[in-house]
Amino acid sequence: MTPVIRTRGLVKRYGRLRAVDGIDLDVRAGDVYGFLGANGSGKTTTVRMLLGLVLPTAGEVELLGERMPRAGRRVLPRVGALVEGPAHHGHLSGRTNLSLIDAAGPGGSRRTRRARIEQVLEQVGLGGIDRRPVRAYSLGMRQRLGLAAALLRRPELLVLDEPTNGLDPQGITEIRELLLELNRGGTTVFLSSHLLAEVEQLCTRVGVLGRGRLVLQDELARLTAPTGATVVHTPEVTRVRAVLDGRVLGADGGRVVVRGADPAEVNARLVSAGVPVTGLALQRPTLEEVVLAAAGTSADRVEGPR
Amino acid sequence: MIGVELRKLFRRPRTWVTIAVLNALPVLVAVLLQLTDLAPRPGEGPPFLSAVLTNGALFPLAALAIVLPLFLPIAVAVVAGDAVAGEAQAGTLRYLLARPAGRTRLLLAKLVALMAFVLVTVLVVAAVGYVVGTTLFEAQPTGGTTSVSGTSLTQTELAGRSAMAIGYVTVSMLGVAAFGLFFSTLTDSPLAAALGALAVLVTSSLLFTLDAASPIAPYLPTRYWLAFVDLFRDPVLWRDVVRGLALQGVYVGVLLAAAWANFTTKDVTS
Repeated sequence: MTPVIRTRGLVKRYGRLRAVDGIDLDVRAGDVYGFLGANGSGKTTTVRMLLGLVLPTAGEVELLGERMPRAGRRVLPRVGALVEGPAHHGHLSGRTNLSLIDAAGPGGSRRTRRARIEQVLEQVGLGGIDRRPVRAYSLGMRQRLGLAAALLRRPELLVLDEPTNGLDPQGITEIRELLLELNRGGTTVFLSSHLLAEVEQLCTRVGVLGRGRLVLQDELARLTAPTGATVVHTPEVTRVRAVLDGRVLGADGGRVVVRGADPAEVNARLVSAGVPVTGLALQRPTLEEVVLAAAGTSADRVEGPR
Repeated sequence: MIGVELRKLFRRPRTWVTIAVLNALPVLVAVLLQLTDLAPRPGEGPPFLSAVLTNGALFPLAALAIVLPLFLPIAVAVVAGDAVAGEAQAGTLRYLLARPAGRTRLLLAKLVALMAFVLVTVLVVAAVGYVVGTTLFEAQPTGGTTSVSGTSLTQTELAGRSAMAIGYVTVSMLGVAAFGLFFSTLTDSPLAAALGALAVLVTSSLLFTLDAASPIAPYLPTRYWLAFVDLFRDPVLWRDVVRGLALQGVYVGVLLAAAWANFTTKDVTS
């Protein structure tokens, strides 16, 4: 499968600080890629290098199969971006803002402009906006308008930095549905975020950045795959230990972790021995545990004076 | 792209407010002159003002001479300083470049929009000056207009020379615009860029009055600004006009090259 985003040994140095330190990103067509990292881990710098805003110190960026920033004029019209919050001209209306940004570069036909603007406004839930200036918009409306600008040319790739910032819970759900729908239609989504829950609900692949390095990059399903243990909830922990001698890996209150990837088998043994079981599940690590484990090891790797 | 920048500039209320404010001073001067009939004596005050009472058609030139030393450069510096730094401060620069607008093309479009602003501003000042001058003062004395040298100019001569003067002032302001645009690529603060350009002009005007600075005086950007008066001598005294044009040409060329070199290799982190 052709890589949609690919970087090799991407480095950005600011003086002596290596903000981004040798990143090899690999985003494939059809992915919803979650790019995770704490604030200051180099996420935004990486996103800016992908789009040709910041020029790398070393390494290569390939977007949709072409080298950036050299091929920007060919590639970027096929990419929609939302970087560090939306930005518009406050004294102009939403429609005028969209029209101006569409006219500012190649790949947006003037003939279809009006129809495309109405369509994306509809998509992001701003179909009914009037002529009032963007200055008077709420934070959530501006976020939606920023997303509309990113969608204006039916991009093959969406690069979104914190796209649900400033939205209320209903808005977040709405945007999530929209992104999943676009993804089903073939759009690759690169989502940079520090909201683990958002990434867990949306993404198929995850990359974790820690102190400028990519500490983890894998399928979300594989990262949160069952660990081969079963979690049993029971009021009688000591009897579980007695029945499943030696298989108990840990107990915490009424929660017992038992070795064995078949909850049915564990349940049968406990019930036949008369142990009450109130809950039963395969053990899966949460994305949060995975990220903390990965980013944690990287954090102490570069411990410096603060 | 150029169309986009022109739309942005001229749909912005601030642009028109600037132009309106710029016209307030000459209009005020005209009203005061009309009410008091006290024109400055020839050779004193702004050029052409002494002759305005007898010939209102000269008021566009007087108006330009009034705003030229300070108000016009301030307006141009503010708009030029805002060109790139304003987009950076608003955050719209990153979206323009990711669109992609292309850095060289964006800079060119900003430059063309600036030139349009300078031209429109100068033309509006001249036009308002003409309307005000011909309504408040005697429109046209029968014997034609007297040139600065004392000979008489026909109406067509006057119109032609006025057009040249407007062109000359425009070119002078392009030098200011080039300074503003260059500083605008250096900083993300439009205020800093505008003040930078103004600092250059203030320095230049100050050094111009200083005898010790006379060796560098011919190279100061404001040195030949008032040379447009020479267009109304008979015959036209071309020396300073030509030097002024050449000097502005060099400044504009060098500064634009520097702005381009800086902007196309810059990390956009705004």
